[in-house]
Amino acid sequence: MTVVLEAVTVSLVPARHPFLRALRRPQFAIGLGVLAFWILMIITVSWWAPYGPIEQAGDRLQSPNSSHWLGTDTLGRDVLTRTLYGARYSLPTAAAVIAFTVVIGSSLGALAGFRGGWIDTVIMRFSDVVLAFPPILLAMAVAAALGPGLRNTVLALIVVWWPIYARLLRGQVISIRHREHIEAAVSVGVPKRRILRRHILPLATTPVLINATMDFGQVVLLTASLSFLGLGAVPPTPEWGVLIDEGSRNFYQWWIALAPGAAILSVVLAFNFLGDSLRDVFDPRGRP
Amino acid sequence: MSEPLLELNDLHVTFPVSSGAIKAVRGLDLTVHAGEVVGIVGESGSGKSASMLSVLGLHGPAAQVSGSVRFRGRELIGAPAAELRHLRGGRIGMIFQDPMTSLNPALTIGRQLSEAVIVHQKGSKRTAGERAIELLDMVSMPNPKARVRSYPHELSGGMRQRVMIAMAMANDPDLLIADEPTTALDVTTQAQILDVLRRIRTERHLAIAIITHDLGIVAGIADTVNVMYAGRIVERGSVEDVFYRHEHPYTSGLLACLPRLDSRSELVPIGGAPPALDALPPGCAFQDRCPHVSLECMSADVQLAPVGATEAACVNAPIRGAAR
Amino acid sequence: MTEPLLQVSHLVKEFGTRGSLLRGSKQVVQAVSDVSFVLQRGETLSIVGESGCGKSTTARCVMQILSPTSGSVQFDGQELTELPDEDLRRLRRRFQMVFQDPQASLNPRMTVRQILSEPLEVHDADQAAIRPRVDELMQLVQLRAGDLDRYAHQFSGGQRQRIGIARALALSPDMIALDEPVSALDVSIQAEIIRLLESLRDELGLAYLFIAHDLSVVRHLSDRVAVMYLGKIVESGTNEEVYERSSHPYTQALLAAAPIPDPILERQRSRIIIEGEVPSPLDPPSGCRFRTRCWKATQRCAEEEPLLTDPGVGHLVACHHPEEVNVVQRSVTDPQEHS
Repeated sequence: MTVVLEAVTVSLVPARHPFLRALRRPQFAIGLGVLAFWILMIITVSWWAPYGPIEQAGDRLQSPNSSHWLGTDTLGRDVLTRTLYGARYSLPTAAAVIAFTVVIGSSLGALAGFRGGWIDTVIMRFSDVVLAFPPILLAMAVAAALGPGLRNTVLALIVVWWPIYARLLRGQVISIRHREHIEAAVSVGVPKRRILRRHILPLATTPVLINATMDFGQVVLLTASLSFLGLGAVPPTPEWGVLIDEGSRNFYQWWIALAPGAAILSVVLAFNFLGDSLRDVFDPRGRP
Repeated sequence: MSEPLLELNDLHVTFPVSSGAIKAVRGLDLTVHAGEVVGIVGESGSGKSASMLSVLGLHGPAAQVSGSVRFRGRELIGAPAAELRHLRGGRIGMIFQDPMTSLNPALTIGRQLSEAVIVHQKGSKRTAGERAIELLDMVSMPNPKARVRSYPHELSGGMRQRVMIAMAMANDPDLLIADEPTTALDVTTQAQILDVLRRIRTERHLAIAIITHDLGIVAGIADTVNVMYAGRIVERGSVEDVFYRHEHPYTSGLLACLPRLDSRSELVPIGGAPPALDALPPGCAFQDRCPHVSLECMSADVQLAPVGATEAACVNAPIRGAAR
Repeated sequence: MTEPLLQVSHLVKEFGTRGSLLRGSKQVVQAVSDVSFVLQRGETLSIVGESGCGKSTTARCVMQILSPTSGSVQFDGQELTELPDEDLRRLRRRFQMVFQDPQASLNPRMTVRQILSEPLEVHDADQAAIRPRVDELMQLVQLRAGDLDRYAHQFSGGQRQRIGIARALALSPDMIALDEPVSALDVSIQAEIIRLLESLRDELGLAYLFIAHDLSVVRHLSDRVAVMYLGKIVESGTNEEVYERSSHPYTQALLAAAPIPDPILERQRSRIIIEGEVPSPLDPPSGCRFRTRCWKATQRCAEEEPLLTDPGVGHLVACHHPEEVNVVQRSVTDPQEHS
């Protein structure tokens, strides 16, 4: 695992100042802008929000007005405030899932791709089994078994998501293994572990980075789905899925579900844009 | 001398890029007469391919092409697309380095050859099919009747190149432009292909413009040789004059650094590197690497001029002792 | 005779191709079939041939980048195929390799300094000695030490190849295998790299195992030459013997086909055009593998494989009908065509 973390750091050495080039694209700028917005919200909302996230601040089910820009919900809580606070739960949860998934999945995938043989077979069959299930179903099953709460949601999603990175990295390692600079490293006498660490993995991480960025939105969606179904965050936690759940029960008070829905939409789009731009920048010839 | 078949005058080809403009061809004059084999030699970046691609308008929309390219008196630059299409594969055939990119992998070669014929000659499918077999025979393809049913991927590199030549010859052109036709082939296959070219040249009174970096190839097949450097022709003459009585320092540098089959004499590298085509110095492009450079080289706009046996673009030619 | 630096005996390398669903059987390609040769200290041996002849595979088997299917590779008396992994890894410092593609053989994420330091690091060099040695290597290959902190892609093709050479020199090996080191370079840069290789060889006493298809470059650099065809050595001898007194028809065809930048000589030389293509290595011809394209082929050639022996010409030839001919200098009034 430390191998992978080290490789990620090594790989961040830019080949050609990619971030500066990337900023010129509107996609990247929008994506980065939205992400920056949400990070800002996460950090600052408690400083300036007029209401608390669970504070019953007014009449119930008010439609949007001047004192409650997005109205209030069934318990009179300000919807805007709750939605903004929701970022504090939805986004870090997704980040945790992605982080663990990438590290665990990539380690297993790299091991499988590099060693081959029975290790490869075992890891790949496990991942095949997991991938055979529709993700939401499997997540539901694991979450239900573990019980409610965001921590268990994270665990459930890690179980569901790791094979994607295992496969990705395995494929990358196998294709990079045959490149000439690997042959050169072998002929120089570089030991196998170091070849994996310094010569294979740094080149394999670009697709992982791109994939992880684009997956972020999916994970947010999945987290929200689990909460929506009652298997994730528990009310009154203002996680976006919980908010949508509340909104679905008050269908005609459209503002209750609209805000968290729009929030999820913005995050998914933002990360899709970011991932696309990263891919354009890093892989113009299809090679890291 | 008969009227030239192909005449390039003051050809300029420039590619705009983010860092400026790449001047791939900078004022090129070239003539090809009927039945003549003209060799255009140069290293990468010399502009040899770019110049010939202009003849048939094969540059992408980004390229800026100016000057004059006349085929049998007809001006081709700016000519309507339909006319260029008519010429390509008609009076002018062209073959490239990599046959795979010119052949449709989904069609048999017989079908592709027939199409090349039908597009230009409006025959029946049957006559086109017979013509296809004839063409394969002309390029010494073993077993042509069976081969017409093969797909490109079933053929070796040498065979694919023969198919390309056959396609280029389908309509009995006057001029064949061959852009590095044997670079990707093994040496014995190369010999086969060059032999095919020699033969059809004699049989059909074909003019060939052959572009290559290999001086050995032009020594064996060309009548006249044009040596290109940084977008310009720096020396031109008959093949024997250029090889034995050259006057330009680049030509002598090039010949002196080639290892040869028949001797083990010392190689004398030229030194330095070709200039970046988007940042050329004023004056002669070879000044950074020339052993005879003088002040005049850095300011004068050097043109090809007759010097001794050849035409050379060098203000200091003739140089004592430059000949081999 | 002193013990050779490298002794390769009966080297065989097979690759399996998975049989298709329809054919079912596993098919085997012998890329290298029973190849034997010797390399002395300080000597340059070139292996030439066209694509698919097995020369690159041979080099990789010698370097143990690929494991030979059978046969022996002895370096300075030690049998490489039987060495335990760690011992082999340590011994690698004495035989290094330069690769064909200057771009692909350098890690795009490492600086030149890192690329050149790595061989020293993995062989437990003294930390303090690494930096000066890396500077020294840059000087040896005529690159500027100031460029050490750049990445490979910031250099030209010729410069990248110099970096590859510097890497191979880092551990002061006795032998360097070079797989088509100048094929990807422009002609004027080729000459510089060839000169560099020559001077390094003379200065450091290196033995070179030079793999190439360009006969002119091989003519220039080699002490001895081996010609390969379809996995076998068909002729081998000194530079003069192979180039001026070639006895195998394939060698003669190869030499006749290689262009010489000399118009009069080109038009006068013997022209040997062999027809056909290289047969598939999956199903090589019986007996002599060259017989399908050889103008001298007889019944015996189909039945009996010719061995690599000296038929009285002074060097080794694998042919039943060897005939010494100087294909390079000879001028004839009519070019010969053989098909």
